[in-house]
Amino acid sequence: MKEVAVIGAGMTLFRRHLKETGKELSYLATKMALEEAGIEKKDIDMVVMGTAPDAFDGTHMKGEYLLDGAAGVGLPYCRVFNGGGTGVFAPIAGWWHVASGVADVCLVVAEEKMGNCYPHPQTAFQHIWDPILDRPLTPNLVWLFAMEMNRYMTVHGIKEEDIAEVAVKNKRNAVGHPCAQLADPNITVEDVMNSEMMAWPVKRLDISPPSDGAAALIFCSKDVVHKYTDDRIFVKGVGWNIDSTMWTNRDLYFPDYVANAAKMAYKKAGITNPPKELSFAEPYDPFDYKECHHMEGLLLCEKGEAPTLAREGVTQRDGDLPICPSGGLLGVGNPIAATMGQKMCEVYWQLAGKAGKRQVPNDPQMGLGQAWGDIMQMATVMILGRGS
Amino acid sequence: MTRKVCVIGIGHTDFNSITPDMQWKDFMYEACNKAYVDAGVDPRKDVNSFITCAEDYWEGFSIFDEFVPDQIGAVLRPCCTVCGDGIYGLGTAYMQIMTEMFDMVAVEAHSKASDLLTYGDVMLHAFDPIFEKPVSGPVERPNYGGSPSYPAESPKPLIGSSDEEERVHPYFVAGLEMQNYLTKTKTSEEQCAAVVVKNKKNAFWNPYADYELKITIEDVMKSEYLFKPVKKLDISPNVDGAICFVLATEEKAKELGIEPIYLSGFGWNSETPWLGTRGLDADYAKKSAQMAYKMAGITDPKKEINILEIDDRFSFKELQHLEALGFADPGEAGKMVEEGTLDIKGSLPTNMSGGSLGVGNCLEATGLQKSLEIVTQLRGHAAKRQVPNAEVGLAQAWRGIPSGSGAVAIFRRG
Repeated sequence: MKEVAVIGAGMTLFRRHLKETGKELSYLATKMALEEAGIEKKDIDMVVMGTAPDAFDGTHMKGEYLLDGAAGVGLPYCRVFNGGGTGVFAPIAGWWHVASGVADVCLVVAEEKMGNCYPHPQTAFQHIWDPILDRPLTPNLVWLFAMEMNRYMTVHGIKEEDIAEVAVKNKRNAVGHPCAQLADPNITVEDVMNSEMMAWPVKRLDISPPSDGAAALIFCSKDVVHKYTDDRIFVKGVGWNIDSTMWTNRDLYFPDYVANAAKMAYKKAGITNPPKELSFAEPYDPFDYKECHHMEGLLLCEKGEAPTLAREGVTQRDGDLPICPSGGLLGVGNPIAATMGQKMCEVYWQLAGKAGKRQVPNDPQMGLGQAWGDIMQMATVMILGRGS
Repeated sequence: MTRKVCVIGIGHTDFNSITPDMQWKDFMYEACNKAYVDAGVDPRKDVNSFITCAEDYWEGFSIFDEFVPDQIGAVLRPCCTVCGDGIYGLGTAYMQIMTEMFDMVAVEAHSKASDLLTYGDVMLHAFDPIFEKPVSGPVERPNYGGSPSYPAESPKPLIGSSDEEERVHPYFVAGLEMQNYLTKTKTSEEQCAAVVVKNKKNAFWNPYADYELKITIEDVMKSEYLFKPVKKLDISPNVDGAICFVLATEEKAKELGIEPIYLSGFGWNSETPWLGTRGLDADYAKKSAQMAYKMAGITDPKKEINILEIDDRFSFKELQHLEALGFADPGEAGKMVEEGTLDIKGSLPTNMSGGSLGVGNCLEATGLQKSLEIVTQLRGHAAKRQVPNAEVGLAQAWRGIPSGSGAVAIFRRG
């Protein structure tokens, strides 16, 4: 196995992009990553594309459609996909392209353009349900996650106000992120509590916004990293895991699949005490309760303890265990697969000391990014760390 | 020591043109179960990672990945979807095993093409929406200007099935490409027809093939022009079915007492997605083969590779791909099929399974169907269609219209 280093990242502005096509967003992110790494297309051996439902664009074989924007022409190019999990899964695929020795340099591009989906991207999610068992209930994702949030709150006796702290933290963290869509320096718990009720207990400000955007990351083998950079940031661990399609048959209060993926990554990274050994983490936060849910799944705290940590400030950027210092999906936006930007790109930038106003203090050594997808069943985890 | 990756189990369903009695979940279960039994492994304990090759639009879902784990034994295990042909899945499994994180990986791909009521229209969605899709003909558009005139719960489809007859089926691209190929290489339509005759004949010896036919070149030539010069019999008809492969390290194979068939190389490559600026010489096949040859240490494919399963979703594609892969000079492949070189008893047996023309076009499972035949041949289990003494085989697949992407896998007997 080859050790795998990260040498560059790029990320576009997240918001509704009416003028740019998905190809163009991919191009912009790719160009930024190539420039940061100081390399050109000819240096790339293979390309991985991460992009979520084709239905957003109404484009069949969306990977093929996007490939010229992602520098894939004339190269081995492959798309991986597991719903929302793609944002961290695409980098995992980039890792195995290099770790296996098949590629020396692998470009990973993640793109999403939800704004094409008319009248709202939620309509693309009408087709994610079992046609016989689920669709007659006319479900949507807010309705579904409201059930999960309710279950989580009920089991642990957690209040909505405690969970709202997460939305406040992340939207404030996003201030200063050049790509952010919903940064708000003055937001309070009251604002979240008073926002429109979508499906109890989920309120509008508990949810991250749909968005358009793209992100890119470049991986290379340790054998060649000296050619490109003096930074030594390596992939320490990867993990992914899927649970049953039958979400009705699972107890939603705890994500076992996240715990499995995390254990896989921790084992690979040699981590035995995650909250102590990780300098910070970027768990997936499309809803504020999901950050808590995922922190517990990632074994960063006890079950039911995450909202307390948020309330006590432990998860602030300058706290003991900074969580979502990027501003996460709640603050920066949620273009499904392109959230690679707030997850793995952010972990890389933080470790490289390139996070600017978002920089986590005290010289972070190891960071984790996680994403979550399919029908509340898929977890993808990657750990990056400084090395020599 | 460097790892070696080998195939330790294969499983597949029967292939049929329509399968109203089976759901895709049943297919996946059957193929995977057979592959696990073939390898003698328990997916819940022994298989470390699972890969499905699928495209949302073929499946009729957003996020098909959701519906994968239960029927293939992947619940609470590492499992993912690769949006590509089955050979992309094999390559992904190869890379996962080479990371030393996994010892055994399962790869599944399937087709439920008969569920697609508007196959051509689904394919049309893969064309660039602004510049290429309209080439096929009139397209109805919803009113983007104001509020939609249809309820949000049942939006009017951008391209409805009702006006399908007014549009040209996207297979017109194959017509253009075939015309270019014939002109450029001086290959004749009869030579392409000979491919159809050969493959449909081979399919008689393949128990799972669905489109075996005893026909002559004249029969093919007399069939209707659909996308001139592509005739009805030049096109591989769609088929339903599923295939699963179990791959593992050499050590695992020995532990299980299985004679390994090595996956010694793979490659894939993409040309530009723009039809208008793409070459018509199957450059994707050429480049993916170069990658695979390099990985497998093959310097002279003509001498070192004994059997081929090549994408033949249109008859001319088999010839075009043969040339791109380096088995024939431009214009020579047509002569080879006429002379019988590509027959099962010829010197370069090609599409012994019957290929897509004889088995059927199984969409993203095409590459696995090709690989399935190569592995069956190398194991010596191909019964009446067995090629004697085959040591090395090559499987190749293309992602179909309108893509310019494809993949190659090379298998070697231990």
